[in-house]
Amino acid sequence: MTAISIRNLSKNFGNKRALDNVSLDIERGEMVALIGASGSGKSTLIRHICGLELGHSGQGKVDVLGSAIQDSGRLTARARQMRRNIGVVFQQFNLVGRLSVLSNVLLGNLGRIPSWRGTLGLFTAEEKRAARDALARVGIPEVAWQRASTLSGGQQQRAAIARTLVQRSDILLADEPIASLDPSSARRVMEILAAVNRDEQITCVVSLHQVEYARRYCPRTVALRNGRIVYDGPSSELTNQMLVELYGANSEELILPEAPVQPVKPKRVVEPRHVPAFA
Amino acid sequence: MNQTANVARTGQSRPEVERDWSRTIWTALTWTVLAVLLAWSWAPTEMSRWTLLFTDAGNMAEYASGFTRPDFSEWRYYLEEMIVTVQIAVWGTFLAAAFAVPFGILSARNIAPWYIVQPVRRLMDGCRSIHEMVFAVLFVVAVGLGPFAGIMALFVHTTGILAKLFSEAVEAIDPRPVEAIRATGATRVQEVVFGVVPQVMPLWISYALYRFESNVRAATVLGVIGAGGIGQVLFESIRGFYYPQASAMLIIMLVTVSLIDVLSQQLRKLFL
Repeated sequence: MTAISIRNLSKNFGNKRALDNVSLDIERGEMVALIGASGSGKSTLIRHICGLELGHSGQGKVDVLGSAIQDSGRLTARARQMRRNIGVVFQQFNLVGRLSVLSNVLLGNLGRIPSWRGTLGLFTAEEKRAARDALARVGIPEVAWQRASTLSGGQQQRAAIARTLVQRSDILLADEPIASLDPSSARRVMEILAAVNRDEQITCVVSLHQVEYARRYCPRTVALRNGRIVYDGPSSELTNQMLVELYGANSEELILPEAPVQPVKPKRVVEPRHVPAFA
Repeated sequence: MNQTANVARTGQSRPEVERDWSRTIWTALTWTVLAVLLAWSWAPTEMSRWTLLFTDAGNMAEYASGFTRPDFSEWRYYLEEMIVTVQIAVWGTFLAAAFAVPFGILSARNIAPWYIVQPVRRLMDGCRSIHEMVFAVLFVVAVGLGPFAGIMALFVHTTGILAKLFSEAVEAIDPRPVEAIRATGATRVQEVVFGVVPQVMPLWISYALYRFESNVRAATVLGVIGAGGIGQVLFESIRGFYYPQASAMLIIMLVTVSLIDVLSQQLRKLFL
């Protein structure tokens, strides 16, 4: 079953073309990297999949798990219910700083429980246990009662992932989850995402700035340039040479100067679809 | 930069400072406007009578001498009325803060659509632009003399002020946590409860406490038009030429208002 299906999605910000007729299919259980230079449309694409952003009116459609979340630039009536199946992790973590870490994680329940109970903040003992388990799973059980704003960047991002674990979504979208983190925190966060994908078969779409991480953690990579998909295929086949070809001078920001890492074996063989970049 | 260039060119040790004419003209203009404004307001306000302050100083001294021997014999009664005044401010501020929460959120541009924001804002403008004394007169007519009229007057006026301050705090929030909560499938109300309110709470509490301070001061004056509390007693004793008693009441008011100011300032520091 197709987890995410995007058809002919376009988006303008002022005069700038952010997404240009993007079509993309992602199967259930896949772990996909979205790469591209700054401003290539990675974040915009992710924000369209969860319905935080709406496409060009009159065209384009995004289906998630078989039903539309947005169609022709309008949010569908089911969008709010659908969002609970789509967990989102943001570059800036987006925790509520003055609430405790545990409260932030509990907010992942809001889409699942009766709305009166959620609004009053009445969470059951079982939900609280699940929230603490989620914090243990991401390796920060000791900070549960701290204010979220007191955590380091890496801890905040792990708390944000715990929030999506509590949400028990089928899809996890991560919008540059490691762009604001130091290398060791970045690796931990990527390992947690890979583990979630492997153990719970949660479909993961991760936008990344550096192709090295895509090669190490994601079997499939979709590369964007100026709002268009310019490469879609196994991460292992996306060589630095090819990146230079695709992005020219901008390719420097995508390639880490460190030694190349061992590429992962793709779980599912995807036919390389090499769209000509300068068409 | 000009000066150093001059030094380099002419070799002078003391560079000439060029006069900045636009600044000079601007300064002159500011003072002229102020002078014209003051002159224009001189005659209609009878400012020419200022000499009376000195020639007839004796009258003032005589009047003031009535206040020099405060009579505290009925201090229990004054204190009771002072407490009523504070209680008027407590209820007026509490009701205002409670109503300012929904009104403030509904008049925040980043939360509500314009067709809700505009009418709510105009309504709050109305509450704010009319002085609490005017409302007090209205409510005295409606509910009769006494503290309740004072509470209602403070409530309406303060709601207008707090709603504006609250909405400004809401408009300054970080939208990203709100977005994250929306992404969990939360409702609009839940987005506000968990995304907006925790961010603005310290400011809201601080604003409400500050208005409480102001309302204690306002409530003492409201009594003058019959809206209860110590103001009412004060005004009656001044009209009856009971100056020593009035003087005692003024001292009690001064001490209470100062105490509440200090207390509330300390409390506000805790929250910010």
